Amino acid sequence: MTDLLSAPLLDTAPIAERLRTALPTDVEYASARLFDERSEHLRVRQNHLEPISNEFDTGVMISIWDGGGLGYAATADLSATGLARAVDRARHWALVTAGHMVGGSNEGAAAIAPPPHHPTGTYNSPVEVSWDSMPLDDRLELLHQQSRLLGVDDRIVDWAAGLTRRSVDTVLVTAGKDGQCGEVQQRFEFVYPGMRATANEGTNTQTRTFGANAFCGQGGAEVLGRFGFGDAASRVADEALELLSAPNCPDGVMDILLAPDQMVLQIHESIGHPLELDRILGDERNYAGTSFVTPDMFGSFRYGSELLNVTFDPTVPGQLASYGFDDDGSPATKQHLIENGVLQRGLGGAVSQQRSGLDGVSNSRAASWNRPPIDRMANLNVEPGDSTVEELIASIDDGVYMHTNNSWSIDDSRNKFQFNCEYGQRIENGEIVGTVRNPGYRGISRNFWTNLTGVADANSFTVMGTPNCGKGELNQMIGTGHASPACKFSDIEVFGGES
Amino acid sequence: MSDLTNPGAAAQSTASNDRQSYFDELVTTATTTLQGDEVLLANLAGEATDFIRLNNNDVRQAGSVDQRKLSVDLIEGKRHVGGTINLTGDLSMDDARVTALLGQLRDQRRLVPEDPYLLYNTEPTSTDTVKTGDIPTPDEALADIRSAGDGKDLVGIYASGDTFHGFANSLGQRNWFQSSTFNLDWCFYLEADKAAKNIYAGFDWNDDAFARKVDWSSQQLTALARDPKVLSPGDYRTYLAPRAMEEVMSLLSYYGAFGRRAHETKQTPFLKMLAGDATLSPQVSISENTAGGVAPNFESSGFIRPDAVPLVVAGELSNTLVSPRSAQEYGVPTNGAHGGEYPESMEIAPGTIPTDDVAATLGTGLFVGNLWYTNFSDMSACRTTGMTRFATFWMDDGEIVAPVSVLRFDDTAFNMLGDRLEGLTDDAEVLIDPSTYVERSTASARLPGALLSDMRFVL
Repeated sequence: MTDLLSAPLLDTAPIAERLRTALPTDVEYASARLFDERSEHLRVRQNHLEPISNEFDTGVMISIWDGGGLGYAATADLSATGLARAVDRARHWALVTAGHMVGGSNEGAAAIAPPPHHPTGTYNSPVEVSWDSMPLDDRLELLHQQSRLLGVDDRIVDWAAGLTRRSVDTVLVTAGKDGQCGEVQQRFEFVYPGMRATANEGTNTQTRTFGANAFCGQGGAEVLGRFGFGDAASRVADEALELLSAPNCPDGVMDILLAPDQMVLQIHESIGHPLELDRILGDERNYAGTSFVTPDMFGSFRYGSELLNVTFDPTVPGQLASYGFDDDGSPATKQHLIENGVLQRGLGGAVSQQRSGLDGVSNSRAASWNRPPIDRMANLNVEPGDSTVEELIASIDDGVYMHTNNSWSIDDSRNKFQFNCEYGQRIENGEIVGTVRNPGYRGISRNFWTNLTGVADANSFTVMGTPNCGKGELNQMIGTGHASPACKFSDIEVFGGES
Repeated sequence: MSDLTNPGAAAQSTASNDRQSYFDELVTTATTTLQGDEVLLANLAGEATDFIRLNNNDVRQAGSVDQRKLSVDLIEGKRHVGGTINLTGDLSMDDARVTALLGQLRDQRRLVPEDPYLLYNTEPTSTDTVKTGDIPTPDEALADIRSAGDGKDLVGIYASGDTFHGFANSLGQRNWFQSSTFNLDWCFYLEADKAAKNIYAGFDWNDDAFARKVDWSSQQLTALARDPKVLSPGDYRTYLAPRAMEEVMSLLSYYGAFGRRAHETKQTPFLKMLAGDATLSPQVSISENTAGGVAPNFESSGFIRPDAVPLVVAGELSNTLVSPRSAQEYGVPTNGAHGGEYPESMEIAPGTIPTDDVAATLGTGLFVGNLWYTNFSDMSACRTTGMTRFATFWMDDGEIVAPVSVLRFDDTAFNMLGDRLEGLTDDAEVLIDPSTYVERSTASARLPGALLSDMRFVL
């Protein structure tokens, strides 16, 4: 059987040699970054298999630093002629931009210096059970089973279960007139399970999902078991139905307890994005936005209460955005961004660190072969505390336990936010007393995290991800990882839907 | 203009008719490999783009992207499987890759059941649209843009070159749509959240037109320099400029306001309209105006889109956008909508407020140039939220008093476009989508501004 999915489209050893041969050695620094992706998308909706989609996406980004300029050229033509054409194009852009790069000056100093080294190394996603050991008909039957469990009531008006598998091989080859060269090879295996059930009565429609796409990660078939995919359908459907008859979430100032699958979003939007150094440097002001964080805050600003500890950690096995090297070739290391509530460092790769003079991390990442790297979150995690979830619930007199994000909005400096969840549980006098629908809350990042009054322990700590973070010009969509326990916040403005 | 000579990626890459011939030849060859009663559908999406990203009027990143993505659907009876590959531009290599892909799809197809919702066009209708443009070389564009931003904090993106889309099937249908465009999406930044946002996009670069855009932005910068006003949460009389309207309409569209599947499965934000519990203002008429847009007039199963589909007429729901799959699932005719069933060329009919008199008609209230990061706070009720962004001003008696610090709104579209809508401007602005996720967008909208008697702000 012809199976393009089970192996890289290109043999990485010959292609690495071809890339190295194509790179010029008369410029300060040159790199060729190959991105070779194979993906399979399976979805069963209302017990019918939707068209299977297989995607193969292969190409190279050539980057050339020379004379104070930097040029990129992306091509899917990997022949010697195609690569030579791309090298010429990137070389031309380096010439055109010389002396005009941001942060530099026409008086001389290059704003964006070439990478200081030629990296070497490898990375492989940890895989316990190969995805290919689970035949296609078994994968389809699994989805049919879940679909049948989701569509159990006439009030369930739409439902679906799906699986996406992506395999990505990257090769970064570097060269320069210093005669040095480098080569980094990385192999990633991603699995994205998902399901949803939508219930309706009259003008009330409620949807419950399997973690709103957050239950994903690196690995093989074991990722499904990691999140309990095979056991979730009945609960998802039952909770969608339950929401139909639940009262609206109350309005008022009260405590909230955020489940890990809502913490994903809270961390991402109000810690991750504000700490990106390219935002702080102004690169994103025309599109994704700026940041309320300013360079002088690092090392002293109280971002949150003493309970808040946030790490950048691309070394967590199996998390969505783990890697050995970022796309500029910087080796991945774990760093504390916020320690006991105090801001320590930002999310910026080698280029942003050089431009800002601030400490950063290895997070220069590109969505694919056709986009240049920019500062992105990788794995951004809230470290566990020492309370049980039960203890946090017991400590709340008046509040709501919110699960699974379904709406997010935040201003361009990442300060004023408003988030909604799929499913809420009303807490009164330390006990859960019922379900509420349309739970939402709003706040201001700058002081929201100082209201963090409880962090659950490792028992609720869940390693998840966000598959679709958008940013950049040209626009780029990329996956980020987030892990968190349940967290309690006090004195938060809470609201429900229209009556 | 720069004296550097550089034809740009668009000109360097294969010319229009060569691209079209290449696609034709590729599909013709693939058709010869089909077995039995197999049918092949093929879609090509590609671009040859030069881009310049700027910050503080200097270059942050600049380069070229040359890509062609081929998607195929291999059908036998009611069974089918799809696949996508990148084309390299080397015909023998691409022929071999397509053959290998079809082999894999053929193997997979044996494992899948019949698809009851499969529908593709079996009455070949071939079309050919090529829109040429007069765009500067990227070197010239860089020089022009930096000159316009001299002494200012200019930040944004310039992208230019060809985008092209093709459809072909083994039944002999051929469709081609190609355009050569530029899009400069930029801000002059004053400080913090104060900036004058603008877009200059089109087919033919015109120095005078660009100069007028730059002049307008420079005037806004002057107004933004006034001391900002901080407004408390509350209800304010508000004018939403066309770009702000676009943000609200995009949200509604993307989440199924006009899609057949969303209507049938009660997931549309217009659920209350479906139930007869709400209407929009009689002043609001919305259509998918393919003939007036810049998107292809064919979809991935080969159906040709009508010139226009009325979606809301005088505040009442009219048609929906129906993809071929929804047509089969719900027993209605398709109107060539893509699988997402949201407009690519939305038009809201203009109203009667003279565009030049907007400030005077607003009188005292908020002038909102842009909204940002809209989403739902209660989708069943069509309740939306989002932020003001860039140039938002407090006006008094038709005069700018001060820029306003960012505000969060939280209100239903049934209020904003319903009983609180005082009127729409008499000029609908053409808004080219600057989005470049995966590839440069060919979406656009034609929208007027909207004057609201009240709009609810909460933070």
